[in-house]
Amino acid sequence: MSFLELRKVSKRYGEGGAEVLAVREVDLSVEAGELVAVMGPSGSGKSTLLSIAGTLEDPTSGEVSVGGAPVSAMSRNEKARLRRRSIGFVFQDFNLLAGLTAAENVSLPLELDGTPAKKARVAAMTALASLDIAERASHYPDQLSGGERQRVAIARAIVGNRRLLLADEPSGALDSLNGDAVMRLILAACKRGVAAVIVTHDAQLASWADKVVFIRDGQVVDQTVPPPSPESLLAQSPAKR
Amino acid sequence: MSVRHALLALLSEGPKYGLQLRQEFEASTGDVWPLNIGQVYTTLQRLERDGLVESDGSAGERPQNAFRITRAGEQELTAWLRAPTDMTAPPRDELVIKILSALRVPGVDVQDVVQAHRRYLVELMQQWTRLKEDEAEFDLSLALVVDAELFRLDSLVRWLDSASGRLKRASVEPPAKSPAPLFRRRLVVRR
Repeated sequence: MSFLELRKVSKRYGEGGAEVLAVREVDLSVEAGELVAVMGPSGSGKSTLLSIAGTLEDPTSGEVSVGGAPVSAMSRNEKARLRRRSIGFVFQDFNLLAGLTAAENVSLPLELDGTPAKKARVAAMTALASLDIAERASHYPDQLSGGERQRVAIARAIVGNRRLLLADEPSGALDSLNGDAVMRLILAACKRGVAAVIVTHDAQLASWADKVVFIRDGQVVDQTVPPPSPESLLAQSPAKR
Repeated sequence: MSVRHALLALLSEGPKYGLQLRQEFEASTGDVWPLNIGQVYTTLQRLERDGLVESDGSAGERPQNAFRITRAGEQELTAWLRAPTDMTAPPRDELVIKILSALRVPGVDVQDVVQAHRRYLVELMQQWTRLKEDEAEFDLSLALVVDAELFRLDSLVRWLDSASGRLKRASVEPPAKSPAPLFRRRLVVRR
């Protein structure tokens, strides 16, 4: 079974004439170690889908399971624990807490989960070091560049033993080189066995994924087939076409 | 692509042989654009005819002939580097023509046509992006070529996204009387 499974998931907001079907019968599965991109225009339902996958919102119908456990059978507390322990979120605007240093931002989810402060701090430093930003650990978010803030946000999302990484437009307003750096970090997490989903409208970002799922009006309309090796591009170059 | 000027650029570093030029050209484009040795010699002959390069012996396919850039060649190269590439005339892009044509064909869902092309382009981008994964093995020439290709494909995907949005909006508004104003208006291009 895949690490993340969505089966016939729908989400309805409002009632009667004001009813909006934001997500319609979406099936999505993500294996451990796999990076899946959900690509669609704004208002297509992709962020709602991510909230449902991250157990932040309940679907109106359908089933979500994370690590083989059906989310519908979990209490609110169990869902909160699942989020703290197994799921990391990365948002477009980073969502770092301004009053905490980079290291404190990263260790916070562990401490909230009951990890002793010292142990949480060590795990945070390890995560920051893996993203080459340990030397900025004691800086506050407003002392960091956009690229550095996003690294801290990714460190917070992968700290401890998180198995699922969910990212909403993870390169935010970063330029394309910093965007590449962010995607390399997410890919490195996948190589360690993390299952990851990014939602984006940006084809350059989506093209880092193993599989790109296209969503329109809340429905999955298409998906890419696994790409052949890039060597085929070098052989089939314009001069020979 | 101007092979002529690319060869002049390689010769601006110093005299070189035909085979060497071919190898260096391929390496400098990250091996994305292979070059036929016949094309190298034909181009060198023309450059020599135009006085932009000169060789030790008589121009030809003799591999022992070393070529060097002339003063005129250097001037031509410098002028070419800064001369704007002509982008004034919109190219007759087949993709654009396909989407415009799809609007006219009864029973065709244009959004499906848009999606078929979008998926193909994203799949192609996935292949190019694989080349970026290992930063350490990514040399500068290849990085520049891969970026150029990704930005080019990305601009097409963005155009498809915008076309898709326009089509969606048009489908909820009352249909325009045929022929649509888009087709009637002449786009005047300065040449």
